[in-house]
Amino acid sequence: MAPRGAATKEMQELKNTIISLKDITVSYDGEQVLGGFNLDIHDGEFVTLLGSSGCGKTTVLRTIAGFIRPDAGNVFFYDKNITELPPHKREVNTIFQKYALFPHLNVYENIAFGMRLKRRGEKEIRQTVQEMLAMVNLTGYAHRGIGQLSGGQQQRVAIARALANEPKVLLLDEPLGALDLKLRKDMQAELKKIQQCTGITFVFVTHDQEEALSMSDTVVVMDGGVIQQIGSPTDIYNEPKNAFVADFIGESNILDGIMLEDYSVKFAGHSFRCLDGGFGRNTPVDVVIRPEDIKVVEPDSTRIVGDVTAVTFKGVHYEIIVDVAGFKWMIQSTECRQVGDHIGLALTPNDIHVMHKSEYSGVFGDYSTFSDEMEEDITASEEANVREEGDGNEI
Amino acid sequence: MKSDSKLLSAPYTVWMTIFIVVPMLLVGYFAFTDKAGCFTMENILSVGQYSNVFLRSIWLGAVATAISLGLGYPFAMIIAKMNAKRQNVMVMLVMLPMWMNFLLRTYAWMTLLEDSGLINSALAAIGLPRVHMINTAGAVVLGMVYNYIPYMILPLYSVLTKIDRSVIEAAQDLGAGSMQVFLKVVVPLSMPGIISGVTMVFVPAVSTFIISKMLGGGGNLLIGDLIDMQFLGSAYNPNLGSAVSLVLMVIILICMGIMNQFDDGEAGEKGGMLL
Repeated sequence: MAPRGAATKEMQELKNTIISLKDITVSYDGEQVLGGFNLDIHDGEFVTLLGSSGCGKTTVLRTIAGFIRPDAGNVFFYDKNITELPPHKREVNTIFQKYALFPHLNVYENIAFGMRLKRRGEKEIRQTVQEMLAMVNLTGYAHRGIGQLSGGQQQRVAIARALANEPKVLLLDEPLGALDLKLRKDMQAELKKIQQCTGITFVFVTHDQEEALSMSDTVVVMDGGVIQQIGSPTDIYNEPKNAFVADFIGESNILDGIMLEDYSVKFAGHSFRCLDGGFGRNTPVDVVIRPEDIKVVEPDSTRIVGDVTAVTFKGVHYEIIVDVAGFKWMIQSTECRQVGDHIGLALTPNDIHVMHKSEYSGVFGDYSTFSDEMEEDITASEEANVREEGDGNEI
Repeated sequence: MKSDSKLLSAPYTVWMTIFIVVPMLLVGYFAFTDKAGCFTMENILSVGQYSNVFLRSIWLGAVATAISLGLGYPFAMIIAKMNAKRQNVMVMLVMLPMWMNFLLRTYAWMTLLEDSGLINSALAAIGLPRVHMINTAGAVVLGMVYNYIPYMILPLYSVLTKIDRSVIEAAQDLGAGSMQVFLKVVVPLSMPGIISGVTMVFVPAVSTFIISKMLGGGGNLLIGDLIDMQFLGSAYNPNLGSAVSLVLMVIILICMGIMNQFDDGEAGEKGGMLL
């Protein structure tokens, strides 16, 4: 699978690098958030920084915007070193998490704010504001007060305000976080459309993997201030580099395995043919199998057999937890099975993805504590959220 | 629910009626009657002869308010930027002088500013000429600023701490340098604080009588002194005193009305309450 990744990389390098972060180190109160962080963002790309709260993704964004001056390292805009340049002199604009509209100004004046600072003519301002309002579907709202707008409308004004400034790069800090699901989906599509129409480079920060996959050209998966994987959404999903990425993006069964030789891997007590090679002989590896790739078959026609321990109806499919010799697998199937059923699981070589062992190996386990694990995740991320917000205010 | 809240507000309503509404009506009654209790416009009309006192009061009050705003705003900004712990300490330091009696504080300034007071003694000791400070308009303004500046700083501070940091970042992001952020975002957003601060300094400053009495001597008669004289002083004339009070009240109301043009509502109620 290596060749395909290399091809995408080459294609991207043909485009200009617009923002380049080199060896960025950032600490808050002595706690290092980023250490020697490197990232290149290409002209016209829709890049998403994806990770859970506290992984440093917002710090990266704020470093690009200029709100954080890194302790070490440099930020380049094309070839220009802008590390010391204050935010108001950078040709990037930010869409803030909580919109950050000016409450004392109406919609028109909010959008005109940047242009007035640049002393643009009244006629030009009026024309641009009208264009921007049309782009975000708010024609006729020019003279409304900010307090009279819904969350979604405020978000649109924030987008219009940033785009009216004609930025080279638009930074979006979890802009859809406060919207309800339906509105979120609409705004995702709209943002993608705006990005394609304007050709502006978007750097989008989110913790929502589904959002990242559906909008981006390139996804940057982060954890602990370190990039875990950079790639197109399909690469990230189909070829996760390690157990963290596999677990974070979608559901996955991550098993301990041994690469016997090229194209042959042993896990769950059996050896299977696979499409991966280059790991060497008898190398311990992590094996990822996506729940939707597994086929439910009769027990006597396959080598992996187990008992159904839980079934959850998810609308499009059933989520079935199967106990195979003590390891609980998750399977997504459109066929309904009953708890207690003895079933077989069938895999084709294409369904098996082999990864090198990493610090994340064995961290995520199986699906035996499925519901508990979910709850823990939520509390943990909420705590991290509070911490991150606190940090943000100090700076 | 509604009748409950009405019941709860009853004590305050009674209090207000006895101590605010009734006295106001009495002031109105005295202002429009003579000593015999007959209706007359004479008191109101004779207020005109004190127009210089009114002008002086308003002028000194305005100067003191402007100085308080000029000193208080940067100070409130500095406090608002500190971390929470130091903010509390600073706010306490701002309020500290208020724990001491008003008279005592003003009396202390007297001993400092006197021709043979502490400052002049210090000046003489290092060989500099003495400066005449007591009994000047400047001393009155100093006393006003000193006594009322906490009422300017506190509302400004509370408004400034509430300004969302991300709004300021948004302004920077859109190309505003620090001066533009201040003028286009911080000042407009702190307008309610400016208005309450100005109200809370100007209103007591314009009607003060102790400060002018102690620091201004006889030459800097203010409206407060005038009213004081009519009720407690040698020129006992409650009817004239009431008329002066009434005119002062109207003037302050007009001033507040003009102030509130800068903002939409809110502060107007506070101004009214202080009266």
